[in-house]
Amino acid sequence: MKYKVSYIILFILSFNFVVFSQEQKLESDSIEKVQATSHESTHGHADGTHDAAAHDGHDAHAKYDPAATAIHHISDANVYTILDFVTIPLPMILYAPDKGWDFFSSSKFHAGHHEDGLSAYNGYVLHHGSVHRVTDAGFPTQGEAEISGFTHKTETIEGKDKDIFYAIHNGKEYRLDARSTLDGGVLGGGITSFYDFSLTKNVVSMILVSLFLIYVFSSAAKAYANNKDKAPKGMQNVVETIFTFIRDEVAIPFIGKDKYKKFLPLLMSIFFFILGLNLFGQIPFLGGINATGNLAVTMTLALIVFFVVNFNGKKDYWQHIFWMPNVPVFVKPLLAAVEIMGLFIKPLTLMLRLAGNISAGHIAILSFVGLIFIFGDSGASTGGGVIGTALAIPLTLFMMCIEIIVAFVQSFVFTILTASYIGAAIEEHHHADHHPAEHH
Amino acid sequence: MTGTIAAIGAGLAVIGAGIGIGMVGGKAMEAIARQPEASGDIRGGMILMAAFVEGAALIAILLSIFVK
Repeated sequence: MKYKVSYIILFILSFNFVVFSQEQKLESDSIEKVQATSHESTHGHADGTHDAAAHDGHDAHAKYDPAATAIHHISDANVYTILDFVTIPLPMILYAPDKGWDFFSSSKFHAGHHEDGLSAYNGYVLHHGSVHRVTDAGFPTQGEAEISGFTHKTETIEGKDKDIFYAIHNGKEYRLDARSTLDGGVLGGGITSFYDFSLTKNVVSMILVSLFLIYVFSSAAKAYANNKDKAPKGMQNVVETIFTFIRDEVAIPFIGKDKYKKFLPLLMSIFFFILGLNLFGQIPFLGGINATGNLAVTMTLALIVFFVVNFNGKKDYWQHIFWMPNVPVFVKPLLAAVEIMGLFIKPLTLMLRLAGNISAGHIAILSFVGLIFIFGDSGASTGGGVIGTALAIPLTLFMMCIEIIVAFVQSFVFTILTASYIGAAIEEHHHADHHPAEHH
Repeated sequence: MTGTIAAIGAGLAVIGAGIGIGMVGGKAMEAIARQPEASGDIRGGMILMAAFVEGAALIAILLSIFVK
């Protein structure tokens, strides 16, 4: 009873902290918006032309754009910024076919407001948190070069309007190449001239979460060795509860009592990795990472599941895909086509579901925070800002509560679906008409 | 203009998924009310089915994001 009360108090306090921290974040953000002009003057340089250029470059941010802000905050970045004050430098590993490898720290970019780099290094610049390359003639390809701002123009390429970004150096505009993406620019990002293998914000957060999980599980394992036949305590308790839940509710019912042990490590790794990243992304201040909301991360997880399922597929599984038993012959090819599509749609939905749910939660929170700037008319109206804040705080708090549930549900759903796919693949049917002798 | 049509498509997909998940949830609650002792199995099946319904809606929503 005593413990129950203290848990409830801790629970309420943690939410108070969330409100408080959210409020702090909002305040600091709105102050930033109001003082936008003074920020820009710190970006600028002594002589007049540079100041003008810097101002032009930041004009794009003067009017608040909720969609662009949300997309910027949920996407991966080459710097790890905590509340716009602390910037943790990350290693940059870049390769351009015409130039070769480049290794340096992202601190060379001197990232400032909005994660824009104040200087270029070896022909690379940092814009909105991601690395771009400048290939225009005249731009210094070696060493540091000052960037006084960024600007963008809308150009029509192949009938589509696209925002093309330019870096301003020595009063001249240089075109930025598209950022390096996993899809190679096929999905609309634009083909680019370099490859980015850097440790990004998402990669670093994944490493941090993995190390944390290794620590938690090895300490729990040690506790089992030391406290043999005694009740579990501390972290061991938390881990054991979730572990036995996944084993008894997911692994055993879906895979089967005699085969589940082989797949238990995979299911547990998937569950705790996704849960850890989901919850880590919910912590205010800590950069608001969105690793499980990133399609590349979920695609890797889905690919692992795809290979595990298909490499463990038994004869019956493949028979049900290519030549479904117990149906008329003319239906068999049709079913085979559907089943082969299903083979790829299953991991595809795994990938989209996780990324979609987590990103949607982050976007909802960012949109509610954005209400302040919409009501406050981008910092022009203080009264509107106050109304927006009064609306945004309860909505954000509500959304964060929902997001904690979603973090658990989505990691559980990913695990339960993985288990059901594996279960379907390794199941050995005994069809009455095929093997009558096996039925005793 | 295509953006608006894509948004309408995403909305339609969400309506479909909403009806589907609502039916899954409602029937599961009925089943649990009838047989409370089987609530664990029913809950697992419910989440699995809801995830399948949601998967179809998510494909539609993501297509509407990528079609510009």
